[in-house]
Amino acid sequence: MPTSPTPAAAGHAHGESGGLGAVARHHLFWPVLALVALLAVNTAVRPGFLSVSILDDHLFGSPIDILRNCAPLMLVALGMSLVIATRGIDLSVGAVVAISGAVALTFIAGAPDPASPTTVFLAIGMALVLGLVLGVWNGFLVSVLGIQPIIATLILMTAGRGVAMLITEGQITTVTSAPFKTLGAGYWLGLPVATLVAFGVFGLVALLVRRTALGMLVESVGINPSASRLAGVRARTIVWTVFALSGLFSGLAGLILSSNVMAADANNAGLFIELDAILAVVIGGTSLAGGKFSLSGTFVGVLIIATLSLTVTNVGISPLVTPLFKALVVAAVTLLQSPVMRRKLAERTRRRGRTAPVVPSDKPADVSTDKVVA
Amino acid sequence: MTTLASSRRGAPSPDGLPSVGRRLRLDRRYLPVVGTLVVFALLLVVGGARYDNFLSVGVIANLFINNAFLIVLAVGMTFVILTGGIDLSVGSVLALSGVTAAYLLRAGVPAGVVIPLVVLVGSLIGLLVGAMVHVFEVQPFIATLAAMFFARGLCFLIAPESIPIDDETFVALASWDTWAGGQWRLTSSVMIALAVVAVAFYLLHYTQFGRTVYAIGGGEQSARLMGLPVARTKVLVYVISGTCAGLGGLLFAMFSRSGYSLTGVGMELDAIAAVVIGGTLLTGGTGFVLGSVLGVLVLGLIQTIVTFEGTLSSWWTKIVIGALLLVFVVLQRLLALRRS
Amino acid sequence: MTSSEAGATGSPPSDGVEDARPVVEMTGISIEFPGVKALDGVDLRLLPGEVHALMGENGAGKSTLIKALTGVYGIDSGEILVDGEPHRFSGPGEAQAAGIATVYQEVNLCENLTVAENIMLGNEPRRLGAIDWPRTRRRAAEHLATMGLDIDPASSLGSHSIAVQQLVAISRAMVVDAKVLILDEPTSSLDADEVARLFSVVRRLRDQGVAILFVSHFLEQVFELSDRMTVLRNGVRVGEYRTSELTRTELVSRMIGRSMEVLEDLEVRTEHAVATTQGAPFVQAVGLGRRGAVQAFDLDVHEGEVVGLAGLLGSGRTEVARLLAGADRADTGTLRVRGALARLRNPRAAISRKIAFSSEDRKAEGVVADLTVRENIVLGLQAERGWLRRLPDRQVDEIVQRYVEALNIRPANPDALLRNLSGGNQQKVLLARWLATAPELLILDEPTRGIDVGAKAEIQRLVSDLASRGMAVLFISAELEEVVRLSHRIAVMRDRQKVAELTNTDTVGVDDVVELIASGGKR
Repeated sequence: MPTSPTPAAAGHAHGESGGLGAVARHHLFWPVLALVALLAVNTAVRPGFLSVSILDDHLFGSPIDILRNCAPLMLVALGMSLVIATRGIDLSVGAVVAISGAVALTFIAGAPDPASPTTVFLAIGMALVLGLVLGVWNGFLVSVLGIQPIIATLILMTAGRGVAMLITEGQITTVTSAPFKTLGAGYWLGLPVATLVAFGVFGLVALLVRRTALGMLVESVGINPSASRLAGVRARTIVWTVFALSGLFSGLAGLILSSNVMAADANNAGLFIELDAILAVVIGGTSLAGGKFSLSGTFVGVLIIATLSLTVTNVGISPLVTPLFKALVVAAVTLLQSPVMRRKLAERTRRRGRTAPVVPSDKPADVSTDKVVA
Repeated sequence: MTTLASSRRGAPSPDGLPSVGRRLRLDRRYLPVVGTLVVFALLLVVGGARYDNFLSVGVIANLFINNAFLIVLAVGMTFVILTGGIDLSVGSVLALSGVTAAYLLRAGVPAGVVIPLVVLVGSLIGLLVGAMVHVFEVQPFIATLAAMFFARGLCFLIAPESIPIDDETFVALASWDTWAGGQWRLTSSVMIALAVVAVAFYLLHYTQFGRTVYAIGGGEQSARLMGLPVARTKVLVYVISGTCAGLGGLLFAMFSRSGYSLTGVGMELDAIAAVVIGGTLLTGGTGFVLGSVLGVLVLGLIQTIVTFEGTLSSWWTKIVIGALLLVFVVLQRLLALRRS
Repeated sequence: MTSSEAGATGSPPSDGVEDARPVVEMTGISIEFPGVKALDGVDLRLLPGEVHALMGENGAGKSTLIKALTGVYGIDSGEILVDGEPHRFSGPGEAQAAGIATVYQEVNLCENLTVAENIMLGNEPRRLGAIDWPRTRRRAAEHLATMGLDIDPASSLGSHSIAVQQLVAISRAMVVDAKVLILDEPTSSLDADEVARLFSVVRRLRDQGVAILFVSHFLEQVFELSDRMTVLRNGVRVGEYRTSELTRTELVSRMIGRSMEVLEDLEVRTEHAVATTQGAPFVQAVGLGRRGAVQAFDLDVHEGEVVGLAGLLGSGRTEVARLLAGADRADTGTLRVRGALARLRNPRAAISRKIAFSSEDRKAEGVVADLTVRENIVLGLQAERGWLRRLPDRQVDEIVQRYVEALNIRPANPDALLRNLSGGNQQKVLLARWLATAPELLILDEPTRGIDVGAKAEIQRLVSDLASRGMAVLFISAELEEVVRLSHRIAVMRDRQKVAELTNTDTVGVDDVVELIASGGKR
């Protein structure tokens, strides 16, 4: 193995360029710093913020709340990261969340024995399959019919909540089913089951994406679709797969959400979760333009959003104002990542002496612009 | 082999207007709008056949009165989508405008000051978005997403609760209407909406700004090489959309006689859906503001039919709109494929 | 470059248009991009009432020169005089205002708008501040009439052929009363009748006193239309000539020049030339063609054989490669791979038949810039296996290490992002990507363009090695010396046709190929 570190590992052990500078250049530097800053603000306001206590064999405390509350978003943002990496976007995740919860709860409510594990397993299975099917539908519109992702998923976003209401017949379906409640509100080994499931799936997928070639091929399609096509990559299959996964994960998120409150609210379940998910992905350093994606970045992004919501209440502002702070975070992050800013930063590094071998995009060499007629 | 005069000129039209009937084949650009018109007519026929009183002045007039704010939003959205952009912030800006109006009126600020002010709030947010999109090259989706959160947060900062509006001037303006022939009466909100449509139509079709909007949608690079003011136009469309959202908020406040922070949640989707169903391509460059108005009316008509049906629950509205959106998007895609 | 080559302009001409004062006079124009001197002290004179051809191969600096004139690029040194006044435009808008209009190869108009709108956009007559549509359409119709174009101004531009769109673009240019009209490869997608129509319009404008700068890769057209020409090579002006005083062969050899470096260790062409063409070919194209891209051609490539495609830029050489690689679909003819009929619907179909294709557009169609060298090398192999069956790390390391060493990829760090490598090393990585898939036919389109001499020599050596080990190679290069040195057989392309094929022997030289290109196969 060569000794030079991968870009992802460049933060560690890169002696010559100086420890601090290398850390600051790591792609997780700014997101992690933001998270730490948020936690610091909280601790300053309420010194006991970070403390975790044990009560009834469960862990309690604000950090645990954050971990539990972020579980559905974690799952949705996971699928969103993959979709965005292929230059796509999935607006329908919130609708899928609502449909999945509606299906599961309606099935449990109508079953003769709502508390039987069989019923619950069937309900979960149905919801997951439905989520997958909806994802496959989106993937079909995008990869086969060639409709822009934003429009293709807008269709399901619009119709999906209607479908969910159709399933619940407009009611807020509530059930009592202890096994189902475990998923969203239970604890295992002192930790919330929702967190364990979401983090487990996240870890599994993160591993899968890098253990199979999915991650590389997704990035390849996102970075340069025509080069990927010529290299023989089945772009259609890849795009279809990530949309299907996004649907599946949204289905699981819907189960967790509905299980937490034991109610399927077709109107409000997962409302705006697509925006939070996109936000988490962008904060995590994955560009909406597609290509390189960072699941660890998304992970931190989700934690930032969950912490932000808690922070707003903690410092005594109405939680209703949270969107304002989200807006500030988005604006700050996107402006920092904007092409203009990056160009300015690149100019600064160039002026420091190291000439980059790449030709800047605004003044390309004639060699590359002189195209062969098609 | 392609002939040079691939589209022969017929008899020269004296007025030079694009006369559709002159050629047997309909100009392709009007195809989607004609589709919308057909859907609208079908809905009217279906409604008229199934329910008594459906084709009454009251129902049709209500269609306009209930959707005046959405017409204004859709008009603003049309400008943005014509350039190939998107504006997710209009629902929140509408709420912000309404809440600000109610808040200021309650504080005793005269309506004559409040009304232009809240519209300007919308313009200002539009300007911020335009600057983000143009100067910092942030994607419209993200820039307007930030504006959406920003406006919604501001709403709650101003007033989390619903504020009733009882300012006399404002109420008088809201309830003003005039006879418009037969049993028809025109309310102030409908008049404002129609005026916005007229101004938009003029801007898009009779000014260089409007033609530049279309040119950008047809190809930003081409527009730039043609020497058109691309940068200014791109910022301006977001200002227009913001202004329309501000005005929409005012209309909604007139409609509901209150300002509430939770109004307009998801309304940007209705506006986008209306524009798409109205035949405007989301890729930009093709579409008409009158199509968008027709799109709003189609959405309103679907809702009316669902209400008339009685046994049909309200969620069918969303499903039908989704299905309609699907049909239109797929048809547009097929049209585009045939062209290439 | 030498004084004898530039001799045609040595003495001040005394007859005809050349007495007139130039509309545009560019002197000593230099533009430098990072690492590349795109233009080095180039001069260009445009006289009123002439068609002036700007000639040069890929990378010669034609586009840069045009962009310098129209203000798209700033110039580092030199002077631009328009009507004797010094000018430096900051954008196409300013240039247009000064009477310099450009019609680009890809028509830069809006297909979604009508013909009239496109012609008049930005210059519409107004009445009371509003666009006066009747007058706008009338004026557009007048402009169309002067072009001799009989189309409905109210029809949508997208409904017309590219040829008509091209003429509409010229009409637009003339709305602003252009004194200088730049036509950048206007004929590249037109058929013969359309070209004739375009030329009659261009001649009419010339007769009205407009100076026309004409860029085309079609030699015949240049000789048919132009009065004078300026030839560029590698960012330097070779010379300015009167078209009537230059033969086709002279023009081609001035455009191509002579490659500076000679590789002594390559003696392949004589050794295998005879032996390898025996037996059944690996690929056999019969009457293969694609409308608007390349006319039907026959071509065989045998195992262990290097077939060179010679021709100027735009001659159809890339299009041939794309058809054989499944990158574009053929609409006529048949292709057989090892005797079996093969319909290549996409690149994967070609890859599964062991055909590898390295595109000439390295940046857009080869490099996945943000992936590492390692990932780029195994991309093709991995794509073949699908995403589920990831190549084992050990195998990846082995492959990557093998090719990094064999092709001498620098830096030898598999984890470097490909964007950070030089052009030559990026090219080697792409070669490695294809070699890793163990192809039986390797199609290389301009593999040595824009890379340094050392890397170039390494790639040339590799090509002959691969062929000697039994691989079939189709080799395309703008540098004829390279083609002649490496190939066993040479197919000559011109104006989108295969015009000749010759077996390479000791007696075949660059001059023979140049002559074939210039004469269109008639020796």
